[in-house]
Amino acid sequence: MPEVSRVDLTPAAADLIRRLRAAHGPLMFHQSGGCCDGSAPMCYLEGEFRTGSSDVLLASLTVEGVDEPVTFWMSSSQFERWRHTHLTVDVVPGRGSGFSLEAPEGVRFLIRSRLLTEAERAALDG
Amino acid sequence: MTRYAAPGQPDALMAYEQRYDHWIGGEYVPPQRGQYFENPTPVTGQTFTEIARGTAEDVERALDAAHGAAPAWGRTPAAERANILNRIADRMEQNLERLAVAETWENGKPIRETLAADIPLAIDHFRYFAGAIRAQEGSLSEIDADTVAYHFHEPLGVVAQIIPWNFPILMAAWKLAPALAAGNAVVLKPAEQTPASIHYWMSLVADLLPPGVLNIVNGFGVEAGKPLASSARVAKVAFTGETTTGRLIMQYASENIKPVTLELGGKSPNVFFDDVSSADDEFFDKALEGFTMFALNQGEVCTCPSRALIQQGHYRRFLEAAVERTEKIVRGHPLDLATMVGAQASNDQLEKILSYLDIGRQEGAKVLTGGHRADLGGELSGGYYVEPTIFEGANHMRVFQEEIFGPVVSVTSFTDFDDAIKIANDTLYGLGAGVWTRDVNKAYRAGRAIQAGRVWTNCYHAYPAHAAFGGYKQSGIGRETHKMMLDHYQQTKNLLVSYSPSKLGFF
Repeated sequence: MPEVSRVDLTPAAADLIRRLRAAHGPLMFHQSGGCCDGSAPMCYLEGEFRTGSSDVLLASLTVEGVDEPVTFWMSSSQFERWRHTHLTVDVVPGRGSGFSLEAPEGVRFLIRSRLLTEAERAALDG
Repeated sequence: MTRYAAPGQPDALMAYEQRYDHWIGGEYVPPQRGQYFENPTPVTGQTFTEIARGTAEDVERALDAAHGAAPAWGRTPAAERANILNRIADRMEQNLERLAVAETWENGKPIRETLAADIPLAIDHFRYFAGAIRAQEGSLSEIDADTVAYHFHEPLGVVAQIIPWNFPILMAAWKLAPALAAGNAVVLKPAEQTPASIHYWMSLVADLLPPGVLNIVNGFGVEAGKPLASSARVAKVAFTGETTTGRLIMQYASENIKPVTLELGGKSPNVFFDDVSSADDEFFDKALEGFTMFALNQGEVCTCPSRALIQQGHYRRFLEAAVERTEKIVRGHPLDLATMVGAQASNDQLEKILSYLDIGRQEGAKVLTGGHRADLGGELSGGYYVEPTIFEGANHMRVFQEEIFGPVVSVTSFTDFDDAIKIANDTLYGLGAGVWTRDVNKAYRAGRAIQAGRVWTNCYHAYPAHAAFGGYKQSGIGRETHKMMLDHYQQTKNLLVSYSPSKLGFF
């Protein structure tokens, strides 16, 4: 059985992460909620956004060509409402996304979602 | 005329410049690093102007200009500041149609909304705060017969304002009017999705404001917004946007021990009690319009009534009528006066909405109407259009819990009053809500029980100045569109004065 995860990357997202990593340094994601640029994964330099006891680490993503894992965080209150879904980070042409690092590249990270299977949920939620 | 000509066309009311630099110190200043980015209209997807790509160096220049202007502006008599705000409002009123065309081309929203809502509301906002600052008074406390505490309002100095893309001119007015009225100088960063219309506005009012009092730095959040929000040289940061950036701005503000006001969105419930359908009358018709308000501004409103809660007794009847009303929405060219729903503001916004239409279906929500991207043909094929969509499902689904920011409403039923309040409050947010009933006692109790900063009662999506707007829970901090916003842009100076010649006798 392949490893069960909450978060995956599309090849395009992985490629963008490699470029952003090379240009800026180690990276992290924090999933946003609310309006305007909300409901989008925000990409920052690792540690730029201070996570705390109100956040959950959903994944430490391995990206080929990037030495360190890329962490993916979400506020725990939001996670309670998202935890039944699997998230795939993708990239689309776009403009602007809060203070996220990719916006000047003319692209934007986007979440695509699917329901976790019962087996996946059992594995992830214990 | 049924359709306004697009900006720059021979018979158009207005034209955009080919390029916009930063507006700093009363003049246009090119970006220090010499870079620009393209600005497309969501109506067709075509670029219509290019915009300075600001960086920290440009922000510093703008802050220099603002700090240069702030002391004199802060000392300018309130009556004179108010006069200037009134003149800005008059100038906008004289150019209302031009501003409406500019805003529609920039954002994609229908011209009927910019003509009747965005621009008139922005005009009124300047007038409201012109009046509010004239009427504001300090206070004094008589501590004892010889001691008086005087409380003066003082401006903060230089403030930072980061504006969202859903109402580019109106949201700027919401922030600028109180800040300028209170005597602050401003460095404003428009959203990179909609950076141009504020410059057209500026071109109309530039001669009215002293140089440096209002500065506009364009650019991306990470390159221009972050240095502005994290600067120790700003006395306050005002932001409208989403939760993660809101937290980041609070984090930066904590490093500088500076206040923030934040408006971070919602997932607003619109509650329809059984008695709404007790007669097929004017009120029933109004309630159906209230339901359909989810499509106003293509759903790109922080208070979009994106959850409709309908009581079980009239659920089928009301929902059937609501679907019918929604299907009557006229879609088309945003500059056409008949168009009710225009284009989503950007490609990434379109993609996000489509991703929610996908997960909504996967979770088992039923699509009652809409559910797809719309291709309106011709030049509009390159624009970003979505069919007004009604989902039927349950409140735990993600389409009920996350602000899609599109013309999408998620509908569910409730049994009784307590059930309605439970569902309405089962959300992370608390910005807006709607309550519809013919029973004023029920309306009052529901409005007080819903945890949201604004509960529209037998109405929705009205935004008059003089009614406070802001969020509970994760929807933010502070109250806009009301004189209490002046407090968010002012310091309190207390002079504690003794009128006695006698010493205390301690030393």
